[in-house]
Amino acid sequence: MKPRALVISAPGTNRDADAMFALQLAGASASAMSIKQLIASPNHIDNSQIIVIPGGFSYADALGAGRLFAHDLIGVISDALNRAIALGRPIIGICNGFQTLVRAGILPGGADRVALGHNDGGTFDCRWVRMEAVSQRCIWTRSLTSEIECPIAHGEGKFICEPNMYAKLVDNDQVALRYLSPNPNGSMGAVAGICDETGLVLGLMPHPENHVLARQHPQFHRGVSGNLGLSLFAQGVAYVNN
Amino acid sequence: MAGGVGPHLTTHRLTITPKGHDPRVENVLQNARDLGLDGLRSVEIADIYFLSGTLNQADRDGIQWILVDPLLQTGSWDQYTNSKGDHVVESMFHPGVTDPVATELQRLAGTAGIEVVATTGKRFALIGEIERSDVDRLASSVLANPIIEQWSIDSFASPLQFPNPDGQRPLAEEIDLSLATTDEDLIALNVERGLALDIGELRAIRDYFDKNARSPTDVELETLAQTWSEHCAHKTFRAKISTDDGVERDSLIDTLRRSTDDIAAPFVVSAFVGNAGIISFTPGRTLAVKCETHNHPSAIEPFGGANTGIGGVIRDILGAAHSPIACTNILCFGPLSLSAAEVPAGVFHPRRVQAGVIDGIADYGNKIGLPTVAGAVLYDNGYTANPLVYAGCIGSANYAMGATYVESKPSVGDRIIVLGGKTGRDGLRGATFSSMTMDATTGDVAGASVQIGDPITEKLLCDVLLQGRSTYTAITDCGAGGLSSAIGEMAQDLGAKVDLTNLPMKYPGLAPWEVWLSEAQERMVVAVKEVEALAALCDEHDVSYTDVGIFTGDKRLVVRCDGNIVLDLDIDFLHHGRPQRQLVAVMPKPNRSASPTFSAMLTNIDPLEHLLRLVAHPNISSKESVIHRYDHEIRGTTVVRPLVGAESDGHGDGVVLAEPTDQHGIAIGIGVNPWFGLVDPQRMAAAVVDEAIRNVVAVGADPSKVALLDNFSWGDPTRSTTLGELVAAVDGCVQAARAFNAPFVSGKDSLNNEFHGSDGERHAVPPTLVITAIAHVPDVALTVTSDLKLADNVLMLIGATKNEFGGSHLSMIYDAFGTGAVPEFDPGSAERFRKMHAAIQQGLVISCHDCSEGGQAVALAEMAIGGRLGVKCEPTESFGDNKLNVDLFSESLSRFVIEVTPENVSKIARLFSDASRVIGRVTSEPMFVLPNGSQVPISELRSHWQGTAK
Repeated sequence: MKPRALVISAPGTNRDADAMFALQLAGASASAMSIKQLIASPNHIDNSQIIVIPGGFSYADALGAGRLFAHDLIGVISDALNRAIALGRPIIGICNGFQTLVRAGILPGGADRVALGHNDGGTFDCRWVRMEAVSQRCIWTRSLTSEIECPIAHGEGKFICEPNMYAKLVDNDQVALRYLSPNPNGSMGAVAGICDETGLVLGLMPHPENHVLARQHPQFHRGVSGNLGLSLFAQGVAYVNN
Repeated sequence: MAGGVGPHLTTHRLTITPKGHDPRVENVLQNARDLGLDGLRSVEIADIYFLSGTLNQADRDGIQWILVDPLLQTGSWDQYTNSKGDHVVESMFHPGVTDPVATELQRLAGTAGIEVVATTGKRFALIGEIERSDVDRLASSVLANPIIEQWSIDSFASPLQFPNPDGQRPLAEEIDLSLATTDEDLIALNVERGLALDIGELRAIRDYFDKNARSPTDVELETLAQTWSEHCAHKTFRAKISTDDGVERDSLIDTLRRSTDDIAAPFVVSAFVGNAGIISFTPGRTLAVKCETHNHPSAIEPFGGANTGIGGVIRDILGAAHSPIACTNILCFGPLSLSAAEVPAGVFHPRRVQAGVIDGIADYGNKIGLPTVAGAVLYDNGYTANPLVYAGCIGSANYAMGATYVESKPSVGDRIIVLGGKTGRDGLRGATFSSMTMDATTGDVAGASVQIGDPITEKLLCDVLLQGRSTYTAITDCGAGGLSSAIGEMAQDLGAKVDLTNLPMKYPGLAPWEVWLSEAQERMVVAVKEVEALAALCDEHDVSYTDVGIFTGDKRLVVRCDGNIVLDLDIDFLHHGRPQRQLVAVMPKPNRSASPTFSAMLTNIDPLEHLLRLVAHPNISSKESVIHRYDHEIRGTTVVRPLVGAESDGHGDGVVLAEPTDQHGIAIGIGVNPWFGLVDPQRMAAAVVDEAIRNVVAVGADPSKVALLDNFSWGDPTRSTTLGELVAAVDGCVQAARAFNAPFVSGKDSLNNEFHGSDGERHAVPPTLVITAIAHVPDVALTVTSDLKLADNVLMLIGATKNEFGGSHLSMIYDAFGTGAVPEFDPGSAERFRKMHAAIQQGLVISCHDCSEGGQAVALAEMAIGGRLGVKCEPTESFGDNKLNVDLFSESLSRFVIEVTPENVSKIARLFSDASRVIGRVTSEPMFVLPNGSQVPISELRSHWQGTAK
C-alpha cells in the first residue's frame, strides 16, 4: 500500500502538479485538494500520511508571501495539522509552502520567529543551486548522503532571524539544508531549509520537485545529471513506510 | 495632480517601512540619474494602505499581523507627523485601476466581518538637493505614472472616491448622422469620437443607417469602429494592393495563407482561424500556438502593458481550448544609454520602459505558473518612443483514442456566459487606440486604455475552463474590443441577444458602450448548452459567472441594457459591410551588391578588437540578467534552456520542452532582425524565417516538422513606401517558408507603430518581423546545446560565407550601417538543414550553434564561453585582403558552427560535401585564438560579453 500524500493548494498555487509528479515517482499516491475543499472537510488531512504545501503565489502574495495562505492554515486547519504532527506524519512546505508554514508558526515550531524576506538582489530569481543536507533531526534529510541540485524560483527567499534564534536552530539541529556557494538570496547562514522540533516538518525554498529526472539537469548535455531532488521525497515516503 | 486633502475621519492609514536594505531604492536613483536629476542622494520608500471603514483596535491588530512581519518591516497607523526627507511624494492608484493588493485586503477584512474600502499607495521621502519643479518631473516620470496613479507632493495623500458613486448608469446616446451630410462632417465625427475609420468606412456606416431610416447609438458606432479597426479587422493585410511597378496583388493575408495551403503540411490542423494556430506532431495531442503584440499599452504603462500582453496571449490559447504550457517574449527598447535630452517629450526613458516591461512579464508568467522560455531583447533608437512587446504562448491538448481537435462553434439556443474578472473602464477603445499613431499627449488622452493584469484570477479561470472542457460548445477570449468583439465574433454566423444589465462591475457609472467595449482583463465568453455543471465548477473555484444572453439564429446582434435596446445591427453588415481597402505600395529598391568602400574598410579592421566590441554590443551581449527573472523551470519540462553550458550562462539557440514522461518534445526558435529590415525588407524577412528554423534545427528539431508564426510591427501603412516595405517582407517570408515547407499557422500585424514627436518629426519603428518556429523534436535524448564540450574536438562550419554586410552588426559598430547587401536567402539551405538534423540524430554533433549577429566569430566566442574551453581557429593564409574579416563577421544565412570528434570529421565532410569546412579546434587552455594569431583569454571574452569588463 503506497503512502497517501495530500497536496494542499490555495488560489495561486502553481507547483502542485510538479509536487504530485515527484511524490508519485517517489512511491506515494498523491492527491490534491484546495484549501477551500479542506475547510469544508478537514478530515482529509487526518486520512493523509504525507502533507505537502507546494510552491506558487498563493493569493498572488498580494499582502506578502504566504501570509494569506498562513491565515487560512491558522484559522481553519491548524488543529488537523497539529494532529498529523502528533501522529508522526511528515509535512513539507516548498517555496511558497515554506513561507506559509513560517508565517503560520508551524515552522520552526511555536512562536519562535524566523522570516523569509526579499532576496538581496531585489527581484524574483530563477536559477539552479546545490544544497547539502545538514540535519539528523529532520526526517526528510537525515539519511541523505549526497548534496541535492535543483532550481530556485522565488523573490522572497532570504532566510532571516535573530542571532540567538539562529544559534538555537543550529543547536537543535533544525537547520536542515544549506546552500553550497554561492548563496543565491543572501540567506543567513546560507540556510535553504529548516525543520521543526519534531523533525517531521520541513520547509525549504528550492524546488526538488523540478529535479526528479536526470534530463531535467541543466548540464545534462554535458553528461552531468547531478543528484536528484527526488531523493528528498523518497526520504519522506521511506519514513512513512517504516 | 491630486492635492493633499486632509485625512478623512474614517480612513485608517497604515504605513509600512522595510527594515534593512531596500533594493527598490537603487532603481529610483538610477531612474533619477537618467532624468538628469543627480541631486537626489537617497530615497526612503514605504508602502501605504488606506482602509476606509470602521476599525477597532483588534481589527487593526489583525490586519497588521497579516501585513507587517516584524522581522522585515515596521508598521505604524495614522502617522501624519514625520516628514523625513527634503521632499515627500505620496502616490496611489486612480480609483478603479486594478489593484489586487487592495482587493485581497478587502476580502481578508470581509472574512473577519469588517467592511472596508482599501486603497494602496507608496510614500517616497526624497533626500538631497532637489528643486520642487524637479520633484514634479520625478513624480510623473519615475515615482508614479499619471496614466494609472495620482500623487501629492509634501502633503499626505488621501484616497479619492469614484466620481459617480451613486450607481446611476447613463443612457445610450443617439448620434445624429442625418446632420453629417458632407465628408468633412464625417471626418469631424471620426476625430471627435476617436473612431480611427477612413472616409469610405464612415460613408458605409452613414449609408447603412440612412437605409434603416434612423441614427446609430453610441454603442453601435463604437462597436462598428472597434470591429472595423485595423487591430481587429487587419484592413491593411486584407487590402487590395497595387504596387508602383504596376502589379495588382492579392491581399497580404491571402499571400501568407496560400503558402500554407500549397505546403499542405500534414501536421497543420487549423491555420489562420480563431484564436491560435493548431498543429499536431504526435497522435493524440495537438498544440495551440500564438504570438501577439502589446506595443502601445506597453509604451504608456510598461508594467501593465506587458503584463496584460502575456495575460492576453494565454487567453488566446484558452480560447482554442488548449492548456497553456509555456510563454515566450521578444522585446525591443531604445538604447539604455540615452541621456535625458535624447528622450522625446512624453516618453519614458528606455531603462524605465525595460524595467517595467520585464517586471510585467515576470509578474504574470511567474504567478500564473508557466515557464517563460524563449525570447530576445533588442535595442535600437527606433524603439525609444515605440517599444515593442511580443508575447507568445503555447498550449497542448490531449485526446482519447481516435478523437482530435474540433473547431468550436456555438449553435442556436446556446447560452452566452461571461466568466472571470469584473468589468470596468479598463482598456476602453484599446482596439482603435492601437490603430492610431501616438503623440506626446497620447498618455493623457488614452488613460482609459491601460489595463492591469491579475494573473491569479486568470489561473482560476484557466482551472475552470480546463476541468470544465465538456461543458461548453464554443469559447473565445475577451481581448481588444471586449464583449463587443468576443460575442460579435462568436455570433457572426448566428446572431445573438445580449443583456448587459447584470454584468458584475468593478464600480458603478459605466455607460452602456463602456460596458460593451471594456477591455477588462481575465474574462472569457463561452457558449453553453447545460449551464448547471459550469456554474457549479465556477462556484467551486470562485470564478465569476454571468449569463448574458443567447445565440439566436436570426443574424441580428441585439444588445439591451437596463431595459433599453442599445444596439441592433445586421450581423452581416457588422462583419462584412466594411469596404475593402485599396492601397498603393511603392516597393523598396535596396542595393544588393557588396559595398566597395566597406569591403576596402574590411581589410583594415582588427579582428580581435572588433570581436570584443561585438560581444559587448547590447544586441549580442548576455541576456542572463533578464532570463533569470523568469521562471523557466516550472512544470519540469524544460530540457534545453535559454541558458546553457558548464556554468549555465552560455547562449542557447532554441529551447526544447518535453513532458517529463515523453521521449519526444518541441523546440521553439525565434528569428528577428530589424537592422536587415532597415536595409532590405524582403531579404530580412527570408533571413528571419531562416534564423527561426536554424535555431530549432541547431538543438535537434526535425526541419520537416516546423510551424511558423508571423508577427509584423510596422509603421503607418498608408504611407506607400512603408506599405511597400511590408509587401516586400511578406514576399520574403513566404519565399523562405515555401523553401523550407514550413507553414505559417497564425500571425498578427501591429501597424501604426509611429510617434509624432514634439520635434515635429515622425518616428517609425524599424521594420520588425518576428518569426516564431515551433518544431518537433523526435527524441529529447538526442538534443544538442551550443557550449563546447571537450578539448581536441574539431570545429566545423556548415554553410557558405559571403561578403554580405548590409544591416550587419560589424557595419553598425564600424559606423558604416546601411552599406552592402543584406544576406541572401539560399533555397538550398533546406537540404542542408535536413542533413544537419540527420547528423544530430546519428550522434555526430557534440555541440552546435547557429551563426547570426556578429557572424562566425561571435558564434565561436559564445560556444567557448558556454563550455569554459578554448578555441584555436585554423590559421589563415589570406592576409592583405578582406577574406579574414568576411569569414569572421559576415552574417550570411543558413550557417552553423559544430563541434565534432576528430574521427567523425570525415563523416561530416562527406555528408555536407563542399558546404562544410574545418575552422578550428577546441582547446583545454581557455584561450580564444583567432586565425591571424591574435588571442584573448576566454575569461576576458566573457567579461566583455557579460558587461562586467572594466
